[in-house]
Amino acid sequence: MELLEFARGPGLAIALALFAIGTVWRLAGIFRRPVKPDYSEPRSTALAAGALRAIVTRMWHPRNFRSRTLVGTLNAYGYHVGLAIVFFGFAPHIAFVERLTGLAWPAAPAWLFAVAVALTFIGLFYALMVRLTSPVLRLLSNFDDWASWAITIAPMVTGMAVIMLPIEQGYPASPASPVPVAIHLLSFELLIAWLPFSKLAHAFLVFVSRGYTGAAFARKGADL
Amino acid sequence: MSAPANDHPLDLESPRFSIEKPAARYDKQGERPDAERLVAAQRAFGRDFGRAAAAYMESCIHCGNCAEACHFYLTTGDPKYTPIWKLEPFKQAYKREAGPFAWVYRALGLKRAVTVEQLEAWQELVYDSCTMCGRCTQICPMGIDIAGLVGLARHAMFEAGLVPHELWAVAERAEREGSPLGATPKVLSERLEWLADDYEVEIPVDQPEAEVLATFSSIEIMKYPESLVATAKVLNRSGYTWTVSTRGYEATNFGMLSGNVAWQRSMSLKLIEAAIACKAKILVLPECGHAYSALRWQGANMLGRPLPFRVLHISEFLAESLRSGRLKVRPLAMAAAFHDPCQISRRGGATSAPREVLAALGVELRETKDAGARNFCCGGGGGVVTIHRADPLRHKAFEIKMAQLDATGAELALTSCANCRQTFDDGRAHFGWRREMGSLLELVAGQLAD
Ligand code: SF4
Ligand code: SF4
Repeated sequence: MELLEFARGPGLAIALALFAIGTVWRLAGIFRRPVKPDYSEPRSTALAAGALRAIVTRMWHPRNFRSRTLVGTLNAYGYHVGLAIVFFGFAPHIAFVERLTGLAWPAAPAWLFAVAVALTFIGLFYALMVRLTSPVLRLLSNFDDWASWAITIAPMVTGMAVIMLPIEQGYPASPASPVPVAIHLLSFELLIAWLPFSKLAHAFLVFVSRGYTGAAFARKGADL
Repeated sequence: MSAPANDHPLDLESPRFSIEKPAARYDKQGERPDAERLVAAQRAFGRDFGRAAAAYMESCIHCGNCAEACHFYLTTGDPKYTPIWKLEPFKQAYKREAGPFAWVYRALGLKRAVTVEQLEAWQELVYDSCTMCGRCTQICPMGIDIAGLVGLARHAMFEAGLVPHELWAVAERAEREGSPLGATPKVLSERLEWLADDYEVEIPVDQPEAEVLATFSSIEIMKYPESLVATAKVLNRSGYTWTVSTRGYEATNFGMLSGNVAWQRSMSLKLIEAAIACKAKILVLPECGHAYSALRWQGANMLGRPLPFRVLHISEFLAESLRSGRLKVRPLAMAAAFHDPCQISRRGGATSAPREVLAALGVELRETKDAGARNFCCGGGGGVVTIHRADPLRHKAFEIKMAQLDATGAELALTSCANCRQTFDDGRAHFGWRREMGSLLELVAGQLAD
C-alpha cells in the first residue's frame, strides 16, 4: 500500500477512532465519579445559566488581571484563531473534507490564510519561548506540554512542505508528489489521535471545568 | 583545624539573627510507618473526590496564569507558590490511581506513586502558603477551583498526620473544649455576664425559644469582646427574640481548616443542634469568614439534609434589617475602605451586603484597586495565621493590603471578619503601619438610632 493510500484510508480511520474513543473515555472517567448532593439553600437555582455564563465570560480575562495576562491571552488567541483559519479556510483542506463528507464551504482569501499561518507560527514559538524561560512554566511543564506543542506544530511544518510544491488544479485525488502530502496528513492524524489523551483535550474539557465552577458560583450568588 | 561549615549562612540583615535559607520543615502527628500514612492519605483523597474535582484535575493546561493572582507568588516571585503547583502530588496521585487513564500510567510506569516525602515537602504549600482565598479561581482560563481542591488535599494531609502542628493543636483543642482559644461554655457565660454588666446591655443566654440564634467567633470572645456587645445591641434593637446558646456558640471551624472532616461535622452540628433546639428561624454568624463557608455552604451537607433555619452572616443580617426598617442608623460623614473577607465575598456570594450597610450609614465607600470578588486576601485565612513558621510569608503578602488600603486615602478601614482583623493587627504591629482595621458590626452598633 502506498503511504498516501494508508494515510487516507486506515491511518485516518485509526486516528478518528482514537479521537472518538479517547474523548468518550476521558469524559466518562470524569462523569463516572460520584456527585454529592448539596443541601445548602441556594441563592440562585439558575445553575445552567451560571455554567453558560462562565463558559462565555472566561473567554476573556477579568479586568483586574488584564495587565498581567494580556500578552499571553492575545498570543493564545492568535494561534488558536490562526489554526482554525488554516484548518477550515484553506482550499485543499476543504477539498479533502468534501471528498470524505460531501460538505464544502468557501475558502479564506489568500491574504487571510497567509496572516493565519504567520500568526500560528509566531504564536506557537512565542508560547514555547515563554514556556522555556518563565520560572513558573518551567516548574509546571511536563512531557505532555512539550509533546503537545510539537504535535500541534507538526502539521503546520509538514503543511509548509506541501505548500512549497506546485499547487495542482482542482487538488486531484492523486497528487504528483504523494509522499509530502501523506506525511502532512499523517501528522494531522497524529494530532487528532493525541488530542483526547493529552492537555489538548482542553478543547472539550474547557466546557466541563468552566461549567462546574460557573454553576457552583451561581448557586452561591458569587461573581466569577 | 577544619573550616567552619558553610552550609547554613546567617542572614545578618534581618532584625533577629536567622538562617538565610532554612531547610523545609514539616510537622507530623503520631507514630506510624510511612506506608500507613500514605494509605490513609490516598483513601481520604479518593473518598471525597467527586465529579467536579475530577474535571478540574483533568483540565489544567499549565498556562501559569494562576500564579499572577496569588498574593504569595506576587510578593515573593517564587514559582513554588504557583497555585496549581500546590496540588502537584495530588494531581499525580489522581492521575495514577483514579483518572481515566490511570491503568495506562501504572502499566507503563509513566507516573510514580506519591511518597510520604513528597507529602511532607508539600505541607508548606498546602497549608502555610494557601489561605484558600480562591483568587486564583478568578484568573484561571479553565475556571479550575484550586481553593476547593486545596481543601480536599488537606483532608488527605490530616489523615496522613501531616498538618502544621499549631493548626493541628488549635483544631484539636476546638474539638476537645468547644473552642480553639479556650472560650469554653463557662468562659463564655462569665464573659457575657461581665459584658452585660459593664456595657449595660441585655444578653439573653440559653433561652428555650428564640427567633434568632446568635453565634460568635472565639477570636471575638477572647480578643474583641466589643463585637459581642455590638451583636447584642443590634439584635436587641432588631425586635427579634434572640439568644446565645452555650450548646452551640463557636462559629469558627478549625476542623474544616485543618482538614478533619469528622471534627468539621461535629463543630457544625453543635451550632445546628443549638438552633434546632431553640426553634430559631435565623442563625446569625459572627464576623468570621470561614464560619460562613462552613455553615452557610457546608453546614446542611454535614447534617445530611437542608437546614430548618436560615443562615445569615452578620453583615447580611444588618443589610436585611436596615432594608426592612428593623434597624435604623444615624449617618456618619466619613470615608471608608472595605476589606472583603474572601470566604464571605468571593467564595460566599455576600459581596453586596457590607456595601448596602455602608450606603445606609451614608459612609463614602472608597474601594481598593481590587475589591469585592477580586479582593486580595489579608494573608491569614485558611488557618495560615495560626502557623508561626509562615509569619514571614504572610507578612510579605500583607504588603499588598497595606499599599491598596493606603491608596484609597480613606480615614476608616473596615472589615467583617475577626480573623482578618487579627491578621491586620499583627501586620500593623509588624510593620508599624498606622491604619487600624475596624469592625463593620461595631461601627453600625455605635450608630444605632431609634
Ligand atoms: S486560594 Fe488564594 S492563597 Fe491559595 S493558591 Fe489560590 S490565590 Fe493563592
Ligand atoms: S491558571 Fe488554571 S489552567 Fe492555568 S496553570 Fe493555573 S490552574 Fe492550570
